[in-house]
Amino acid sequence: MSAKNSLITLTKSGLYCERGDFFLDPWLPVDKAIVTHAHADHTYRGNQKYLVPREGERLSRIRIGYDAVIETSAYGETVDINGVKISFHPAGHVLGSAQVRVEYKGEIWVVSGDYKLTPDATCAPFEHIHCHKFITEATFGLPIYRWTPTEIIFEQINDWWRRNQKKGKVSVIFAYSLGKAQRVMNGIDRHIGKIFTHGAVERLTQAYRESGVDLPETKYVGAVENKKEFAGSLIVAPPSAASSTWMRRFGTHSTGFASGWMIVRGARRRKAVDRGFVLSDHADWTELQTAIRETHAETVFVTHGFIDELVRWLNENGTNAKPLQTQFVGDEDALEDVLATEFFEKEIENQ
Amino acid sequence: MKLFTELYTELEQTNKTNEKVEALKFYFECADARDAAWALYFLSGRKPRQIVPSKKLREWAIEISQVPEWLYDESRDTVGDGAETIALLLPNNSSIDDTPLHVLVEERLVPLRGADETIQYEEVLSSWQAMNYSQRLVYNKLISGSFRVGVSQLLVTRALAQLSDVPTDIIAQRLMGDWQPTAEFYEKVVTSEMKADERPIARPFPFHLAHQIDFPLEKLGEIKDWQAEWKWDGIRVQVIKRESQVFLWSRGEDLISERFPEIAEAAAFLPEGTVLDGEILPWRDDSVLPFTELQRRIGRKNISDKMLAEVPVIVQVYDLLEFENEDMRTEEFEKRRKTLEQIITSIDNGGKTIFRITDSVRAESWKQLTEKRENSRSLKVEGLMLKKLDSPYRVGRHRGDWWKWKIDPFTIDAVLLYAQKGTGKRANLFTDYTFAVWKEGELVPFAKAYSGLTDKEIRKVDKFVRDNTKETFGPVRSVLPKLVFELAFEAIQKSSRHKSGVAVRFPRILRWRDDKAIEEADSLEAIHALLEGYEAEGKK
Repeated sequence: MSAKNSLITLTKSGLYCERGDFFLDPWLPVDKAIVTHAHADHTYRGNQKYLVPREGERLSRIRIGYDAVIETSAYGETVDINGVKISFHPAGHVLGSAQVRVEYKGEIWVVSGDYKLTPDATCAPFEHIHCHKFITEATFGLPIYRWTPTEIIFEQINDWWRRNQKKGKVSVIFAYSLGKAQRVMNGIDRHIGKIFTHGAVERLTQAYRESGVDLPETKYVGAVENKKEFAGSLIVAPPSAASSTWMRRFGTHSTGFASGWMIVRGARRRKAVDRGFVLSDHADWTELQTAIRETHAETVFVTHGFIDELVRWLNENGTNAKPLQTQFVGDEDALEDVLATEFFEKEIENQ
Repeated sequence: MKLFTELYTELEQTNKTNEKVEALKFYFECADARDAAWALYFLSGRKPRQIVPSKKLREWAIEISQVPEWLYDESRDTVGDGAETIALLLPNNSSIDDTPLHVLVEERLVPLRGADETIQYEEVLSSWQAMNYSQRLVYNKLISGSFRVGVSQLLVTRALAQLSDVPTDIIAQRLMGDWQPTAEFYEKVVTSEMKADERPIARPFPFHLAHQIDFPLEKLGEIKDWQAEWKWDGIRVQVIKRESQVFLWSRGEDLISERFPEIAEAAAFLPEGTVLDGEILPWRDDSVLPFTELQRRIGRKNISDKMLAEVPVIVQVYDLLEFENEDMRTEEFEKRRKTLEQIITSIDNGGKTIFRITDSVRAESWKQLTEKRENSRSLKVEGLMLKKLDSPYRVGRHRGDWWKWKIDPFTIDAVLLYAQKGTGKRANLFTDYTFAVWKEGELVPFAKAYSGLTDKEIRKVDKFVRDNTKETFGPVRSVLPKLVFELAFEAIQKSSRHKSGVAVRFPRILRWRDDKAIEEADSLEAIHALLEGYEAEGKK
């Protein structure tokens, strides 16, 4: 990776392709940034020019700002930059998330950003791409992380909502505002009751709808005058809203958190929510193995999450793997929370 | 097994007392009496001893799930719980084992203890195969002797009381002592038929609790209206002797008579119709032992003779709530105290070594009292309690009549050097820290601490640890020395076992000093100076 003739190298600003003079998901401002998806640890503001997947353009606009210079490219379309061929391919992570395929003189790299293989009706399914070098995440790179089928999780959420409704409680589900929130709303039984959204969620949900994703009708919490309207409903909010005064308006309520971390009981207790729902937008242990194997890559670089563990496991099992210390977080929690809070504060201002 | 697993899952999923009681009621309503008896047994903390060693379970789980040992250990460190790690690692299975709980325990768990390893292996594997994730979790916990669930005996008691319409204290009484988890026993616990000796004689009074004083003493008025007592650091207890029976209640309203048999025995010498308020302390040769000694006795249901000999206890008594079957709580403190003194001095021989009246600390002025309080550390007390002489014994936490006046802890600025992942609630986060101070230009470790940071700070430190790891030794990581924290601790002792030469008691993080560079952290000399000052104080 640090070798001079390597097609992609790690610099202090991020992953860099010298031959094409562009960066991939840079964390410091650069001239040309190719961005895999709109989550905060991959999409930073302040770059001169952006190239983003067309399917995720609306989300990128919200994150980067409407005055930014953004070019788009559809999945599978090839863009040529200084002889380097670049194309986006679905990563299955959130709406418009992409793996970036970078080819130069027959050598192929795939920068996968964040991804999952589990089917998700709110985004295009992950595409397996053969390559020489594969850059992967490892957010859930331990064998304890193996997801329960999504249908079962949605049954659990529906049951929980119904039970709360019966007891006269409001159900508040915490989900990252970009991706998870919309996946929850898309998968839930929308006939159970009304759905309200937190300000941070509402705006991105609107962008999902405009992009053609099927979502139930929702109402922005801030637009509700009479608190009685919340009775028996489901509230979708970012995790940062959890212990804020914003919650007071709902009266008696039960809280749930939709995240892969919820598979471990300690993580759920730490969040102090009533229920944890194991719903992740990242590959679990099995999916990581499958995705890596299907690339037939000669070298795998592991960028974030359980890096050391996945690297050691791959090497012991015949795949050449190396760690790569990037500033990606994977667990959207921290950064998304900051952004959600930003939105949230704006919401308060506007009231 | 199915219903019991559901109960366990429900109890795990809520921290609301009402919902826990509801879940318990639902379980006991549906369960067969034979199963209910076992559930009661496990829920009241009477877990069976280890049946199969955790080491073996780990070995078999590694074999079945085909992960290498190191990956198992990494997983275990992240989860923070062996039984749970195994449940997560085993191949997925959605089938449900509907063996009744009593059959599972009596036929498949108990006979396995001491059985041949191959028999154990086959039984455990076939059980794992028949169960889903939640059942495996409960099964692993039962079989490894680590079953614990977040309900107090009080909640179980309350649920049974509501279900059976029997008063809570009667249920508590019926659950005391040795019993076998049989259907007959369970029926007796929930029967509405009262036995002759089941009147509400066990019932404790609510405790009077105090706040830390947060204003100048002078505002309390004249010192002559107040009594000061040393504030002991033990277990608050209410000792009840009524109709020849003795009951010891902790502040959590747990009946703890069985855990302190020597106190129960001594209390038999108290006059009929007496209720005392005091503090249980580990005590030897007229001096209090460290609280950690007492902790060794708290978690146990059965106290061995060895434990009784190793950690002798006494009760520092400081209030009288009932005398000659009369409620004394509305009497003035001064009068209650006088009567209390008479009771304790006239108590028969057997009780004298156990019950001691808490000395009052006499002072002519607040200034003099402040000086006397300086002795707290050498007396191994937490400070002083101030009680108004004409005050009643109140219910719950109250401002005005009783005040805690605890001494300030020692503090020192130290550098974060090592971090380790926590367990339970803190699993997967680096929350257990080792701190160092300067010694001749080098940082030497001197204390471990984990509590005291907010969740947000914990996350920040966790991120720091991940980004600044120097080396990894198993679960421990050494980090670049960059962060400074202010630590507080209660006591300090010379120690040859510690590299730094000192051992500190109750170290905890007071705050993150992000305004300080590591060069500004304290030195070992500064700690030794504290130690010398402390020892000198003790000799006075």
